Amino acid sequence: MTEQAREFWRWSETAYQTDDVDWRSAGSITVGIDVGSVSSQAVILAGGKLYSFYSTRTGSNSPDSAKKALSGAMDGTGMSTDDVSYVVGTGYGRVNVPFANRAITEIACHARGANFMAGPTVRTILDMGGQDCKVIRCDDKGKVQNFIMNDKCAAGTGRGMEVIADTLGVPIEDIGRRSFEIDSEPEPVSNVCTVFAKSEATALLKAGWSVNRVLAAYCAAMAERVSSLIDRIGIERDFFITGGIAKNAGVVRRIERITGVEALKLPEGSNLDPQVAGALGAALFAHALLKKEQKERAAAGADL
Amino acid sequence: MIANYGYRDGSGEYYITIDTDRCIGCEGRWCVAACPQGLFAIEMDDYDDEVAMIVVPGRKLLKEKCSECKPAGERTFLPCTSACLPGALSHSW
Repeated sequence: MTEQAREFWRWSETAYQTDDVDWRSAGSITVGIDVGSVSSQAVILAGGKLYSFYSTRTGSNSPDSAKKALSGAMDGTGMSTDDVSYVVGTGYGRVNVPFANRAITEIACHARGANFMAGPTVRTILDMGGQDCKVIRCDDKGKVQNFIMNDKCAAGTGRGMEVIADTLGVPIEDIGRRSFEIDSEPEPVSNVCTVFAKSEATALLKAGWSVNRVLAAYCAAMAERVSSLIDRIGIERDFFITGGIAKNAGVVRRIERITGVEALKLPEGSNLDPQVAGALGAALFAHALLKKEQKERAAAGADL
Repeated sequence: MIANYGYRDGSGEYYITIDTDRCIGCEGRWCVAACPQGLFAIEMDDYDDEVAMIVVPGRKLLKEKCSECKPAGERTFLPCTSACLPGALSHSW
């Protein structure tokens, strides 16, 4: 592929499956599907335990993206959609998940997913999504107490980072590391608009800045923007970051620097991916709703 | 959960805030009857609790609909917040 045709924005699609859980004897298969504006994920729980997940790019068609994510999570397992007992759809495309039994907001799902991933001590969650950014306060059970989200704008989101990756010709997964390979921290670029930030980045390159320095200025701008969002709702420990940008140390460490609060990290060697927190929360909701339904059916049967 | 429904007009940004935890167990549903614009409904939230919400078609019309009740002159109270006995409703005016 020529340098010009290379897609610097393209992030790795992730997949996970475990042999520790036998889905055929698990009793129930519940699924959470998060169709976001940029990425889609499916998480499969077998008997309430994490069995597999898959994260892929959202296409132009939400139902197809949901199907692609689910088939990726089922790939090689011998499982089919007929084996699934309950599906919860979430994300901006949640109402278009074709096989969903229920749609639940991504705010509730991210809180529940973060509670599972990082533990019940999490009280503040920053979800840095593809095209929006939310700060969620929750209780020890992962129930949402309060939240705030940015206006509909790509600044400070994953899509903004993709645009900068393409503009500067740096693979998106290298941005975090390279943004620290600088002599001193630069002033942030425009933090109000991705289009302004892009033209400012180009101007800085022409003014002789190194690519790494421009990356640092962009990561700092993004960190400043989301930190002001965090300020509006307040930060309470523990703090956890979900969404694709959680994997960008250049932004995460600068947010920690501005807020003065260190974000919880997943344990070393963890197979979990902060980008699947929403789908994981949806799968946990699916499991709880299935159990509730079964209980109600059993009670109705006993009454007869 | 604290649910904020906001709008912006020429005089600033405003929010109707519903503390939905206080709606749980409310049988009066006074907000639904009190709002002259019919903006409130009781619906199931993500946790299967019946709570007050602003109806979907009303969310983008708050600027026009809420301004009818804006405290001004002799009108000093809001029908919705005054009617809500559990104290779940507040308005940033």
